[in-house]
Amino acid sequence: MAMINSEPEVTREYFLNLGPQHPSTHGVLRVLLKLDGEYIVEADPIIGYGHRGHEKMAENRTYKQFMPNPSRVDYLSGFIYNHGYVLAVEKLMGLEVPERAKYIRVICSELNRISSHLLWFGTFLMDLGAFTPFLYCFDDREVILDLLDSITGSRLTYCYCRIGGVAKDIDDQFIEGTLSFIKRLRSRWTDYHNLVTKNVIFIHRVKDIGLITKDIALKYGVTGPNLRGCGVPYDIRKAEPYEIYDELDFEIPVGEKGDIWDRYMVRLNEMEQSCRIIEQAIKKLPRGPIKASGVPVKIAPPKGEVYFPFESARGEAAFYIVSDGTEYPYRIRIRVPSFSNLQALIEVLPGTLVADTIAILGSIDIVVPEIDR
Amino acid sequence: MAGVMEHVLGNEVGRLIVGLIVVLIFSQLNALFLVWLERKVAGHIQLRIGPKEVGPFGLLQTIVDGLKLVGKELITPKRADKILFIIAPVLVFVPVLVPFIVLPFSKSLPLNDMNVGLLVIFSFSTINVLAILIGGWGSNNKYALLGAIRSVAQNIAYEIPLLLSVLSVVLMTKTLQMSKIVEAQSSYWFFLVQPIAALTYFICATAETNRAPFDIPEAESELVAGFHTEFSGMRFGLFFLAEYTNVFVVCAVATTLFLGGWTGPFGYSLGIPGIIWFLAKTYLLVFVIMWFRWTFPRLRFDQLISFSWKVLIPLALANLIITAGVIKLI
Repeated sequence: MAMINSEPEVTREYFLNLGPQHPSTHGVLRVLLKLDGEYIVEADPIIGYGHRGHEKMAENRTYKQFMPNPSRVDYLSGFIYNHGYVLAVEKLMGLEVPERAKYIRVICSELNRISSHLLWFGTFLMDLGAFTPFLYCFDDREVILDLLDSITGSRLTYCYCRIGGVAKDIDDQFIEGTLSFIKRLRSRWTDYHNLVTKNVIFIHRVKDIGLITKDIALKYGVTGPNLRGCGVPYDIRKAEPYEIYDELDFEIPVGEKGDIWDRYMVRLNEMEQSCRIIEQAIKKLPRGPIKASGVPVKIAPPKGEVYFPFESARGEAAFYIVSDGTEYPYRIRIRVPSFSNLQALIEVLPGTLVADTIAILGSIDIVVPEIDR
Repeated sequence: MAGVMEHVLGNEVGRLIVGLIVVLIFSQLNALFLVWLERKVAGHIQLRIGPKEVGPFGLLQTIVDGLKLVGKELITPKRADKILFIIAPVLVFVPVLVPFIVLPFSKSLPLNDMNVGLLVIFSFSTINVLAILIGGWGSNNKYALLGAIRSVAQNIAYEIPLLLSVLSVVLMTKTLQMSKIVEAQSSYWFFLVQPIAALTYFICATAETNRAPFDIPEAESELVAGFHTEFSGMRFGLFFLAEYTNVFVVCAVATTLFLGGWTGPFGYSLGIPGIIWFLAKTYLLVFVIMWFRWTFPRLRFDQLISFSWKVLIPLALANLIITAGVIKLI
């Protein structure tokens, strides 16, 4: 430690702490900013305030007992993580899942993706000062939460996928509800585009700000809409398709420059693509069993390891499971997209105004509990 | 009893005292009403209803919230400047009541129709800026000070086009007396001949009262927590009420200058008393200001300032010069 001087050193630059308690950092994130007036000279994200020990918990629980945990890692894409976990274990065991279960899981995952993007939309705009879209988005999100609640039993953190299929079958009420929700959501696009996307104040706050260029993104392992915003069309659903994504017809929205505007438009368009996926999946939904037959009661995958990446709402998430042949995993490592996405800020923030920090932070859509696990 | 009233009202001083009491009561009721209106408007724009439990349509909600604020502990930060900290809320609240004396509610109602009425209003509303700075400095809080500094910069920047647009109207009426300005609009309202001034005035009025989209100084989500962070309880309540009363005052001035005050459209009063016209127009403008808040996102601070200096001031200046030219020629 430096010696305590009799007088504090007078520098032009000063330190400012953004968080950990702050209305706009989504979770307990602390960013230490070194400022020169209003311009950021250095930005240092400090994490760890929300560490809950999920990976340690994985070592002391069986595969089945660990099932509620992945949802809570990223609670906004809870279903997608739950889905990814069972996919990883199924791959390790070499288990074949019936078609109907695959379709159901994809439908629910895409609904979850839409709800995550809707929440991002609302909170991002709230950070910019527009309070109203937040309530509109939550109104839409309520429908999704109710739909998923009717079949899974939970609204936010799901434990519906089982190793080998899903827990319960979906009924016609769910299908009709989903289709009418999609219709309702599509009618909302005009509202959102008229009130937000075409708003001059909004455009001035997001265009050409917070540029995550392609090199920065590739250097830090940024994935998801942040990567697609700078023009790289990398989506795991297309690059390494899993479940039934290779049988469905959808596009990957891509941006140009990597500013906030591109990331915003990518996420809005992704919601529309998710609607397409859901519609196709519902149309093609086959009849049949929802659970694989012959799944052992004691889940003890053979010795080995698997790295299973999947596309969560925020980017590439993955489960790396090392099994030693027993029913307790040796190690489960969860790769979370927000960890890498956040690190890009170290290079993106310097040179920007402090007032833009909130907008940039909101636009990369991080969930801090996911970073800390 | 009637004799006493007549005696009091006939006497100049008596009339003033009664008037002041009425003004105080009216401004407080108005502030309470506006807080309720804001919450209802916000609610309906956001697909919900707003307060409905306390009182019919939630009308008593503001009073109950005020009582809650009164009951809270008044915390003074340890190294805050005690005198400044106590003065700031008072300094914000009192000058906002002064314009009520000169506002022309109806033909006979301005309490004291001074011949420099407009000047009085704008000079007292500028004290608002000083009070915010005192509040931010006296809080001994880095963020509050930053918020106060930003607010001062914003208010100064928007004061200029505000006064320039008002000057355009004054050039036309050749008087600062509020009632005479209203009478000059008996055939047509001024916003028809001074649309740019009206628009500029309205934008600057929104910025002067620190309302969205210009509400950086009190924004909760920006880095800075706002200049009134450290004020708890009724001290915050005073800032809050002062803001809404200020909104009413600027809208009332806009009504007087551009929408004809207590006159009806094109001079036809349609049998409705002047005060109803005045209040209806003012509350309509207040509703529009509230509408802005819940529709637009916030401007970034430097965009806010550059908008004023680079767009509004040239526009208002050009308008003033054109007005002067036209008046000279006609």
